[in-house]
Amino acid sequence: MSGTSATRLTRDEILAVLDTVMDPEVPVLSVRELGIVRDVRLEAGEAVTVVVTPTYSGCPAIRVIEQDITSALHGAGIADVRIETVYSPAWTSDWIPTEARAKLKAYGIAPPSPAAATDLVQLLRAPRTPQCPYCDSRDTEVRSEFGSTACKSICWCRSCRQPFEEFKGI
Amino acid sequence: MTSPSVVPVPAPPPNDELELLLRLGDDRLVLGHRLSEWCGHAPILEEDIALANVALDLLGQATLFLRRAGEVEGKGRDEDALAYFREAVEFRNCLLVEQPNGDFGFTIARQFLFDVHAVVTLDALSRSTSAEIAALAAKSLKEAKYHVRHSGEWMLMLGDGTDESHRRVQRALDELWRFTPELFVADGVAARLAVQGIAPDLPALHAKWETIVRDVVGRATLTLPHESMHSPHLRGGRSGMHSEHLGHMLAELQIVARSHPGAKW
Repeated sequence: MSGTSATRLTRDEILAVLDTVMDPEVPVLSVRELGIVRDVRLEAGEAVTVVVTPTYSGCPAIRVIEQDITSALHGAGIADVRIETVYSPAWTSDWIPTEARAKLKAYGIAPPSPAAATDLVQLLRAPRTPQCPYCDSRDTEVRSEFGSTACKSICWCRSCRQPFEEFKGI
Repeated sequence: MTSPSVVPVPAPPPNDELELLLRLGDDRLVLGHRLSEWCGHAPILEEDIALANVALDLLGQATLFLRRAGEVEGKGRDEDALAYFREAVEFRNCLLVEQPNGDFGFTIARQFLFDVHAVVTLDALSRSTSAEIAALAAKSLKEAKYHVRHSGEWMLMLGDGTDESHRRVQRALDELWRFTPELFVADGVAARLAVQGIAPDLPALHAKWETIVRDVVGRATLTLPHESMHSPHLRGGRSGMHSEHLGHMLAELQIVARSHPGAKW
């Protein structure tokens, strides 16, 4: 496909290209499913602006994600790709749609629970028991709220005796 | 003989918003670096991962606030220029966050005192009349809430734990308490920003912070030091007067960027 105006991609076609850009740390979800892509704008001329928001403020994947978005659109014939970063509204795991949650579970990551509004300082909350992605048991515990990446907790299933990760609900 | 005419150079108008962004960014850059020093040294694996995660979040928040500071300053400095190429006297972090790690109890007590400050401050800033600051604060607040859950629950465990853990975390509180008034000093910058609604009223915020801190410290069977331990002299970070510890820390933080300026990888 060439980048001439005669064959300019529509917004829907661009979104379809972005559906193929996977998150580098959770490679079963696209950057759209994760809610990182907030908008796509067709600018005057040939330029396309992709509006993104970071998941966690320190997520080291965001630069890779921006490069992956840019090269995917270059590959689709769009020469002038611009990335615009927004911070409001702040990213929430609630934006991950139902079908994407099933993909997370199949990949071995428990999907996030709803991001409940909490007090500023709320200690010793009732223990959560995320459903084990391997055996579906609820006889589980969150071992640590901090895991291999900013977005995941470390959990343990007492039923199948496997450690597993949970996508954090924030 | 005529005296040379002296034309006073007008002082540039204070850029209060820049100062605020540097304070927010530098607190997080310095504390994030301190926490990263634990990587590979924490008492248990989960804690090693937790402290590194919090460090990463703080570094990310510092990036956002310092990037915005560079934009507000308008001199072409980005977040890396501000982090790696300023001297200690140009840093605006509070003294609390630059104190060396000490033992695990000391690190947790320092973190708890800061994390409560972070949640009350970011919560208030999320309603700032500056839309940019409000957005960055609302984003950071989500992370600060699970940070304070981590440090607060450790305060309960250590304080209400063994005699040894109680003794150590109480000693940490006693040492760190004198650094806390600085977090809420309403200097000219803070007072002017409060009038404009850009930043919150610090005395009110101080009371809110102390209520939360007292509650957790009490539940942890610890005691807060007497107010006389509030040394009026232990401040100055917001105007660049730091303890000796910051310079040593910055040497380590900045050496790679300064040895290889402009390096890309």
